Amino acid sequence: MIWKIFLFLLLAFVSVAGISFPIVENPTRWYEFPLIPGLEENAKIIFFHVPTAWLTVIAFLMSTIYSFKYLRKKNLDDDVKSYAAAQLGMIFCILATVTGAVWAKFAWGSYWSWDPRQTSIFALLLIYGAWFALRSSIESEEKRATLSSVYSMIAFVTVPFFIFIMPRIMSGLHPGSADDSNAGPVVNFKMNGNMQLIFFLSMIGFTVLYFWMWNVGYRSMLLKEKLDKKLIRG
Amino acid sequence: MNKKAYSLFLKDFKSELRTRYAINALAMFIIVAISVILFSVGNEKISASLTGGLFWVVIFFTAMSGLSRAFVSEEERGTTLALQLVAAPTTVFSGKLIFNIILVFAMNTVIAILYSAMFEAFVIQNFLLFLTSFVFGNIGLAVSSTIIAAIIAKAGAKGTLYPVLAFPILLPLILTSVQLTLFAIDGISFERAKFELAIVVSYDVIMLTASYMLFDFIWKE
Amino acid sequence: MINYSLEASGLNKSFGRRLIFNDLQFKFDKSGVYGISGPNGSGKSTLVKIIAGIIGASQGKIFHKLDEKEIAEEHIHNHIGFVSPYLVLYEEFTTYENLKLFADIRGVKFNQERVDYLLNKFLIFKRKDDLLKTYSSGMKQRVKFIFALMHSPQLLILDEPTSNLDDEGKKSVYEIVKEEGQKNIVLIASNEKNDLELCSEIVLLEKFKN
Repeated sequence: MIWKIFLFLLLAFVSVAGISFPIVENPTRWYEFPLIPGLEENAKIIFFHVPTAWLTVIAFLMSTIYSFKYLRKKNLDDDVKSYAAAQLGMIFCILATVTGAVWAKFAWGSYWSWDPRQTSIFALLLIYGAWFALRSSIESEEKRATLSSVYSMIAFVTVPFFIFIMPRIMSGLHPGSADDSNAGPVVNFKMNGNMQLIFFLSMIGFTVLYFWMWNVGYRSMLLKEKLDKKLIRG
Repeated sequence: MNKKAYSLFLKDFKSELRTRYAINALAMFIIVAISVILFSVGNEKISASLTGGLFWVVIFFTAMSGLSRAFVSEEERGTTLALQLVAAPTTVFSGKLIFNIILVFAMNTVIAILYSAMFEAFVIQNFLLFLTSFVFGNIGLAVSSTIIAAIIAKAGAKGTLYPVLAFPILLPLILTSVQLTLFAIDGISFERAKFELAIVVSYDVIMLTASYMLFDFIWKE
Repeated sequence: MINYSLEASGLNKSFGRRLIFNDLQFKFDKSGVYGISGPNGSGKSTLVKIIAGIIGASQGKIFHKLDEKEIAEEHIHNHIGFVSPYLVLYEEFTTYENLKLFADIRGVKFNQERVDYLLNKFLIFKRKDDLLKTYSSGMKQRVKFIFALMHSPQLLILDEPTSNLDDEGKKSVYEIVKEEGQKNIVLIASNEKNDLELCSEIVLLEKFKN
């Protein structure tokens, strides 16, 4: 219980700090952020966009790992865990796409420009969507778990193409892609100590939030299944 | 093993010759798809790069029209059991893959020919590059389409689900192949396109390996 | 007498969370006719499909042994013949073409003599070059038997072999079962009293329901 309160306070602090701390040229006070050329005011979205993008990848990885476990042991509990992870992954993917599009509008002028990272997150959204569509078309529990697990594995195999190869060959606007000499605020540590702190706190806060939601999610689904079974048995 | 897979392919081929379900529908689909683009574009001059992209649009949707038949026809008629009784999963996948590869090559050759005839901007300068990317792109298309076809054959709502599942998986292949087609149109040298070609070839290898490993789970319930 | 043995050990099957049977054991190591019985929905078809290698078990294993040596999973299908009401062959081909193509896909040489013998025995020889879709259901059932027997399997699995058959048809099925049971193992999954009367040993599925 206590840690949930801590989590709430942490995320509240991060949200408030992220949005309200002013950005000045030469930060002198502890609550001031430095000015990063090219990003300026928009930099604040980094506290929200990067964690959601990071988490959708984590969720996708977890969903795939549990799919793999299911294929090996055929234990339906693994399938439920995979599903819980995918649900959260989908939500975070939508959030990442939207926060990314908002940032894009302010930084590059338009909401969408088929930059390779944007294309990749969109592809991930398509994969999630396809996965859920596949699941809803199969009635038998076992078949649904097996077929969607196989699809997860196939999707997993194509993901390296998006992450590593696409950004190299396609020019992009994203900080850190092929033709951007500025490797991005995180890598270059253009953030000062305070900003980095808020950033990492945000990452940690969101990650803990995700794991907590995933845990509650799959346990409630498992309980629901047990209850359904009891009701049928009578 | 190859001879058995080849026999399965022959069975599908002969069956197709006899009933002609797929060929007729596919041929008409290609004509309709290209006509739709022609009519929509009207008298506008479309650039070479646009034709390159549209080329792969037609290829993708034609593939979605015809490549699921390999597995769906067995499921729909109930003959899957007979196949499960006589062949190992590897044999079945190989046989269906051979059929789909041949189908893809046939379809795409027709599309390429019709396309060059209908769109003047579609002129290939570096033919060797086009041919190479054509061959490896087709193989990749066939492999991915076949494994996804195996998945949806066992699910409901087969027709609409097929492009939905296949598109994200094919996306890296399509993006790179469009790039290569544009290179070929612009006359970029083979040397400079090596990285993109490597991507397509590695896609083929990776998808082929993954498909064979995963097919067992789909086929044997 | 061919030395084929079929053994099930700790066999357990569930569909999703629904248990079909648990800790199933049996061993058939002599030629003969054996039965699997249980009320409708008790898992007879499921069990024979697991034995034929079409479905996987949730736990446990089935051992197919020839001369004491275990046969690898990829090869068992050439030792098994399977007949059931839900088996469908390729209707756009003739009987003869069907048999030939299945032999090719199996990778087994097409035994012309044996096929002709079976075609005659099941009274289909005259119509072997007719498309399967022109056959009556009784004739299709006979073709399924030929399909199951043409590669001389050591294990013949029959799922509900006399369903939808008239007395005449049932009689010929029983003849074949007795004949094959002399040299090979015949497994019948059925509820019919007459079917089960042929069996020397019967696996009762209700016993493994706990």
